Amino acid sequence: MDERREALEAGSRWKRWLVAGPPTAFLLAFFLVPAIIVVVASFREPGEFGGLVPLAAGAAAFSAEAYRFVLGDIVYAEIFAASFAVAAVTTVACVALAYPLAWLIARSPRRRRDLLVLLVILPFASNFLVRIYAWIMLLGPANLLYTPFAVIAGMVYVHLPFMVLPLYTNLEKHDPALLEAAQDLGAGAWTRFWRVTFPLSLPGIWSGSALVFIPVLGMFAVPELLGGTGDVLIGNLIKEQFLDNRDWPLGSALSIGLTLAVLALAGLAAALSRRGLKGTGAVS
Amino acid sequence: MPLLEIKDVTRRFGDLVAVDGVSLAIEAGEFFTLLGPSGCGKTTLLRMIAGFDEPDHGALFLDGRPLAGIPPENRPVHTVFQSYALFPHMTVAGNIAFPLEMAGKPREEIARRVAETLALVHLEEKGEAYPHELSGGQKQRVALARGLVNRPRLLLLDEPLGALDAKLREEMQVELINLQRDVGVTFVFVTHAQQEALALSHRIAVMNRGRVEQLDTPERLYTAPASRFVADFIGKINLVEVEVTGNAHGHAGLRSPALGDLAAEPGNGTQPGERGVLALRPELVRVAARGETVDLRNQFPGTVKELLYLGDVTLYKVQLEAGPVIEALLANAAPGRAKLFKAGDAVTVAWRHDAGVFLRG
Repeated sequence: MDERREALEAGSRWKRWLVAGPPTAFLLAFFLVPAIIVVVASFREPGEFGGLVPLAAGAAAFSAEAYRFVLGDIVYAEIFAASFAVAAVTTVACVALAYPLAWLIARSPRRRRDLLVLLVILPFASNFLVRIYAWIMLLGPANLLYTPFAVIAGMVYVHLPFMVLPLYTNLEKHDPALLEAAQDLGAGAWTRFWRVTFPLSLPGIWSGSALVFIPVLGMFAVPELLGGTGDVLIGNLIKEQFLDNRDWPLGSALSIGLTLAVLALAGLAAALSRRGLKGTGAVS
Repeated sequence: MPLLEIKDVTRRFGDLVAVDGVSLAIEAGEFFTLLGPSGCGKTTLLRMIAGFDEPDHGALFLDGRPLAGIPPENRPVHTVFQSYALFPHMTVAGNIAFPLEMAGKPREEIARRVAETLALVHLEEKGEAYPHELSGGQKQRVALARGLVNRPRLLLLDEPLGALDAKLREEMQVELINLQRDVGVTFVFVTHAQQEALALSHRIAVMNRGRVEQLDTPERLYTAPASRFVADFIGKINLVEVEVTGNAHGHAGLRSPALGDLAAEPGNGTQPGERGVLALRPELVRVAARGETVDLRNQFPGTVKELLYLGDVTLYKVQLEAGPVIEALLANAAPGRAKLFKAGDAVTVAWRHDAGVFLRG
């Protein structure tokens, strides 16, 4: 009897690996290994024509020169700060624009919702660069091209669907009886929104914000095409190190700095939301 | 002046007449029930009282003032929803404080009244808990507390016990009766469960197809149903097709095509030739072993066809030799004997002349 159970368990273990194996292998090959390469590269010295100095050429196996460089120049800190500011403004603008839209979709007849969601993601069907070039044509005549506004507008435009979808998914699940109960107990329309709908939608706002904030930090195409010379963000900086300056260690060090900053922020947000939003988990 | 007056209220949804010319008055302090099958219009009527819907015709008056055009948030009427609709992101205390905050009560008063109301529903320990941490019965109590805390003129209860299991439901029924008596708030209770309505209410309006079929006390509804629908909807009942033949010897003469002449109480203004049914509660039907003498005018031989043993009572379905099947409910009160008869037993079914009620139509 026990042997049979063991055989069964061994069989199911085998099946589990069969299912989990391919994605695990994919992530190991294309996520973990490159990440390790970036970490290693950040502690090496740049090669003359890009890449890294070959170990055989007698260079030190370990060098913190790239980090020393990043921390030694205030310009990098300023660019980090500017990037976080752009990401924050973009996220807030996305919440402000996406909330009414998501709410309207969630409130429309069930049959029409799928169509409206499709319209939200329809821009993805055309090429990203083409759409950014379209913005150049829109902003140029208005004399807004190559300004911080143009960068924010482009960022909001590109990332809006990532805020609409999680918010819609959240709002759609709200029990309409809760709003009736609030109204029945004396709450007017404004109070019903701020006391019931909004707090219950916070999980949707958080996940939408993560989906907007983090990609915006790394985005280099939008500032490059729509921004002016003063609108360099971390993404542009990192790209430049790899493609123009041929300083892989510096680019890697900047990447790692960005990753650590995002992780720290996410950890902080998680700690805050655990403390401040006890109970909302029941409906998220 | 009644607390709530509903005057000739009609509500249509397309071709469907959900509420059809309903008039009734609810007195202050009453435990009033709207009882009926699903689709009878009771929930639509409740929503019009709460303000979530407005009548197409007719009007509602609270304390003599018309309610038309007053939105739900401005009516001194609170609702306990079927799904409870507790706010999941607020604690129990936060939920109960909500109507007080909406009414703009001062902070100290809110704290005091929340504590009082928690005690009233025996949830003193649960003030800081969130709704998802509560059992069904506890959620029910929070919903009641939230509805009562600001002392509405009317508390509407929309099938509030529907989601509870049978034992808990019985406990909550007793609690509801006590609660309503203690706080003195007028309750309007909506249910399709007739036993619940009988157990809880001072008065019941039985609704069918958007109309009130009968408005009466539970006792009157049960013993003197005014229509075939009410008789059939409330409790179990035998219906025997009859025709009025005349009044003789102080009895109404009824003739049943199957059973022949029957003796019954004189009906209120029955005329010879009228057709209808004799409605007979199963617990008023006697069953005796064949051969036993039964000193009653209405008695018929038959055979026990089926029986349903329910512990305290047994329901016997007796196939009469004359055709109809009569149900009889007998208490299993004889010591040492669980059941009085078994299937196939030859018996005599009998009832007093005043046991049944003649219903027209």
